[in-house]
Amino acid sequence: MSETSLQITGLSKSFGGVQAVMDVSFSLHPGELLALIGPNGAGKTTCFNMLNGQLKPDSGSVMLFSKETVGLKPADIWRLGVGRTFQITATYSSMTVCENVQMALLSDRQQLMSFTRRASRMYRPEALELLKQVGIVEQEDRPCSTLAYGDLKRVELAVALANNPRLLLMDEPTAGMAPKERVELMALTADIVKERNLSVLFTEHDMDVVFAHADRILVLNRGKLIADDTPENVRNNPEVRMVYLGTETEEIAHA
Amino acid sequence: MGFFIVQVLTGLSSAAAVFLVASGLSIIFGVTRVVNFAHGSFYMLGAFFAYTFTSHLTSVVGFWVAMLLSAIAVGLIGVVVEILILRRVYQAPELFQLVATFGVILVIQDLALLVWGAEDLLGPLAPGLDSTVNIFGTLLPEYDLALIALSLIVLVALWFLFNRTRWGCLVRAATEDREMVGALGVNQTWLFTGTFFLGSLLAGLGGAAQLPKGGASLLMDFEILAAIFVVVVVGGMGSILGAYLAAVLIFEFNAFGILILPESTLVLMFLLMAIVLILRPWGLLGKPEAPGQLGQVGPPELPYQSASRPLRIIGILFVCFLFSLPAFADDFTLVLAIEMLIMSLFAASLHFAMGPGGMVSFGHAAFFGGGAYAAALLVSHANAPMEVAMLFAPLMSGVLALIVGWFCVRLSGVYLAMLTMAFAQVAWSIVFQWDAATGGDDGILGIWPSAWASDRMAYYYLTLIASVGGILILRHVLFTPFGYAMRAVRDSAVRSESIGIRVSRQKWLAFAFSGFMAGIAGGLFVFSKGSVFPDEMAIPRSFDALIMVLLGGVKTLWGPVTGASVFTWLHDEISRFEYWRLLLGTLIIAIVLAFPQGIAGFFGNWWHRLRNKGI
Amino acid sequence: MLNYKNWLSGMLAGIFTVGLAVPAFAGGTIKIGDINSYKRLPAHTIPYKMGVELALEHINSAGGVIGKKLELVSRDDNGKPGDAVKIAEELVSKDRVALISGSLFSHIGLALTSFAGQRKVLYVAAEPLADALVWAKGNRYTFRLRPSTYMQAGMLAEQAAKNPAKRWATIAPNYAYGKDAVAAFKKILKSLRPDVEFVAEQWPALFKIDAGAEIQALSAANPEGVYNVTFGGDLAKFAREGKLRKFFDGKLILGLLTGEPEYLDPLKGEAPEGWLVTGYPWYDIKTSAHNAFRNAYEAKYNDYPRIGSIVGYNTMLGIAAAIKKAGSTDTEALVDAMEGLTYDSPTGSITYRKIDHQSTMGAYVGWTALKDGKGTMVNWTYRDGAGYLPSDAEVRKLRPAN
Repeated sequence: MSETSLQITGLSKSFGGVQAVMDVSFSLHPGELLALIGPNGAGKTTCFNMLNGQLKPDSGSVMLFSKETVGLKPADIWRLGVGRTFQITATYSSMTVCENVQMALLSDRQQLMSFTRRASRMYRPEALELLKQVGIVEQEDRPCSTLAYGDLKRVELAVALANNPRLLLMDEPTAGMAPKERVELMALTADIVKERNLSVLFTEHDMDVVFAHADRILVLNRGKLIADDTPENVRNNPEVRMVYLGTETEEIAHA
Repeated sequence: MGFFIVQVLTGLSSAAAVFLVASGLSIIFGVTRVVNFAHGSFYMLGAFFAYTFTSHLTSVVGFWVAMLLSAIAVGLIGVVVEILILRRVYQAPELFQLVATFGVILVIQDLALLVWGAEDLLGPLAPGLDSTVNIFGTLLPEYDLALIALSLIVLVALWFLFNRTRWGCLVRAATEDREMVGALGVNQTWLFTGTFFLGSLLAGLGGAAQLPKGGASLLMDFEILAAIFVVVVVGGMGSILGAYLAAVLIFEFNAFGILILPESTLVLMFLLMAIVLILRPWGLLGKPEAPGQLGQVGPPELPYQSASRPLRIIGILFVCFLFSLPAFADDFTLVLAIEMLIMSLFAASLHFAMGPGGMVSFGHAAFFGGGAYAAALLVSHANAPMEVAMLFAPLMSGVLALIVGWFCVRLSGVYLAMLTMAFAQVAWSIVFQWDAATGGDDGILGIWPSAWASDRMAYYYLTLIASVGGILILRHVLFTPFGYAMRAVRDSAVRSESIGIRVSRQKWLAFAFSGFMAGIAGGLFVFSKGSVFPDEMAIPRSFDALIMVLLGGVKTLWGPVTGASVFTWLHDEISRFEYWRLLLGTLIIAIVLAFPQGIAGFFGNWWHRLRNKGI
Repeated sequence: MLNYKNWLSGMLAGIFTVGLAVPAFAGGTIKIGDINSYKRLPAHTIPYKMGVELALEHINSAGGVIGKKLELVSRDDNGKPGDAVKIAEELVSKDRVALISGSLFSHIGLALTSFAGQRKVLYVAAEPLADALVWAKGNRYTFRLRPSTYMQAGMLAEQAAKNPAKRWATIAPNYAYGKDAVAAFKKILKSLRPDVEFVAEQWPALFKIDAGAEIQALSAANPEGVYNVTFGGDLAKFAREGKLRKFFDGKLILGLLTGEPEYLDPLKGEAPEGWLVTGYPWYDIKTSAHNAFRNAYEAKYNDYPRIGSIVGYNTMLGIAAAIKKAGSTDTEALVDAMEGLTYDSPTGSITYRKIDHQSTMGAYVGWTALKDGKGTMVNWTYRDGAGYLPSDAEVRKLRPAN
């Protein structure tokens, strides 16, 4: 492939002497669904937060569509075409479902300093279209605070898609959902990725989800990258088996 | 040499009483999340009780036991306040409890006047410690050393209590994670009550301890308030040792600062605070506040909706009523209506920052008074006409809010609130003490409206249009993308960042806009009174605005207007009675207990239920 | 201003609130609007009101003035100038008072001064001390009874000039009153004694004095004389710390207002000794007029008079005299009557000067001493206020309103 969506080289971060992420390098190509897995405390979320700009790495480089993003703020990185969902959903509880999406559209169209028109009437058709894509358009006018958790995850996905991103960062997209919902949500995500030719980097605990949808899997252990391969190869990787059998037997049982 | 040592020790002893009171405030806030405005009143009660107990009981139980008894008495009053009032409103929206504590201030002021009379009471000297010690030729009162010792004993005792006793560990756990303690099966109710006892006791002890240095007076409650808030914030919320260090730092700074700059008193303290907080936003030994630590108690706010047709009709009818008021109201009703309108706009501007913006300000009077002063200064120095001055007022308030906001919006919750109060106090002390420019306490006089507006009816219409217009603009902005972005930032900062909203800038501009609108109210105010004084920037004015917003209901858009009107009107009606503070305080407490969602919040919910039933 | 609106409001008020607006015209009384900080500083304002009520009793039992009785409508201003102005509006437009009197705090007095000038209402300021009230901000409608900051500072400076002390230190609360009091003292003392120098000054924040630290700072400059303007709780702390630290020993200490019972009495056995102060030695004034006042006061209240009491009493006497002289309650007539009005009071003859509307009521200057465990003033003399005001030419410059 000619261009990488994301090229990470030598990324490191430590907190007070504890090396959370150590010399991690990998790349992500357009249209690819890349999973980042590893036992608890392996450094997945730290890694994510560095890509997103919430944390500043100690060293290393993050090239997003051939542009260095280390030192940029989350808002700047978003502007480069990155959508993000959170492990614990972060939505606006005092707004309706549709307004949550409109918020992202307003930001994308640089209308946040506008003092004239009513926000709830702006970009509503586009917002409804996005809600339709994630399958919750019929809940458009409900307050977000009254939504079921699975539906909130869908709202987040719609919000993340609002600026037509080329890359989605999804931290535990199915955490806290019922098994059936998980499969549905990941299938939906995979469809959208195909349709829009997006790249996705996601972390996930549920190995069923990972092995069913990921094109490629990165395995992180104690801050180090120990595997970067196809699902089939990762499944058979002795080091990965060691890590999981040694620490999280249950998880590998799913696999 | 002697001079230097004595100056250091004098600073330490001045810090002692303030530390005792501040540590109590810090403990109460840490566990219960109640910002106890009445803490100064407990300090005052400590002094009065100590006066009575030492004069009657010293011969029976000794001076020091009498002091301790007065502290315990204040602790018990704290328990009564907690059980009778605060316990019933812990579930109310954030900060609502402080309205109740404001009511307690008023009640205690009048009760103290009834019990102890109007005259200042001179404290007795401590027996056995009524002389001085000679330190290299300079004299230091013995009691100063006793105060230093007392503060250190309390510091160690508190450390022991929180680190070596089960109760103390629970309190610490509760400070860090309230749900956890509940989950551990601890009786949270009594933990809170116990905390209130300890916190109030410390306030009482502080009041008692300073008695031999001065006395007991009815003005003590508000006088110490700013100092203890500053100490708590500089030290770090919830940190006892931090409070001690902060108190010492401030009073040593003062003890030596006055040698070089005698006129810098007051300003020095607040300047020190600003510097510490810029370098260490959470105070010397404080920990960063976890998001949402102010506790978004209660149901989340509902999405905004345009006013429904019946509400719209009611609103239009109400504005029509206001426009026709001069036809049948007497002159004074117009005067009162002018004040209600101005206060409504002021409260609405605070609500804008506080409710939808999530930035609680304890110092909003800085922008109200700032606008009033900007207008008055322009008139008195540049002979500007009213129209120009009124436009200038919000501009200067907006600039002031931009400056203050730049420092404050990096913080959140109570830290932000306290820092706004500190900046308001800086502004107040500059205006109060720099009389060459501002007239100081003598204020600026003769700021009357232009000829066309000097008739009361004309000024009423001017105020009506400006206030109603301002309130409608504030409301309108909440519905625009700017207002939505502000609310988005409040609801979830991480989500906002990840969709490209610049969180700090959004908060900063929203804060400035709120200050700008408060400036309009300030400009209207100064021309309605004809003069302006530092009181318009002082803590009580900021408190008024807070009480109005919370009383009305922080989660409704019409709350501030309701709160401001009810509060202003009540104040005017009740102040005819002799013991009006007792009455007003009781009434405020009653309203707090009856309407924990605020008045407008209560009727809003009622209206909702009514409509949902399809009536 | 008698238009349909007032007529209508009068009607409505008459119907709904029984007799709020009407009695001023109908009844046989003249209403006086009284505004004071009854809650903020009750120790000062309650004696004031007691003095006022005693005077009204005397005036009314003697038949009132111009055939009508005087009636007081008294309101608390909450210690806030904004509230005071609102209440003044209410007293004038709702209660229909003939004039406004009262107030203790300078800033509230000034707010009412501004109000009086704008609304053309007579305001007789009782206790506020600010010089600006009759000079820089003075106007046709405002008069002030009590000797001002400038006058009382002048009385002390006159005595200080007679003392050999050359090195002076000052301590005053850091706000307008303190600044004025120090500036006036410096100016007058310098003019009387060009050889004195001011070696140190301290400006504690009002009611937040850090007495120990500030006394230390003052004593580091080795002054021979100290001019003290602190009052209330600050004074108690200053007196106590200074005594303990032997700061006052061998120095001449002047205390502005320190001899007033409101400030001296709370200090009880720790009242400073040997300070030169202005005040009110009610216990020692033996004129027959004052005896009559004191006896009546003690009989009515079973309490002794304070400075507030005598100021309140004299204020009402002056108002009654002015109404009598004017023969009506018309504001312009009253103002004309007040200008140059002379009347007798328990403290002697008082004149409201035409040139600046300041009264010539004086103050008592003397030395503090302890007697029976209480602070008193000894070797005092009464200083008539007329002798402590600047020349007419200077006053004209100070008072732009004229």
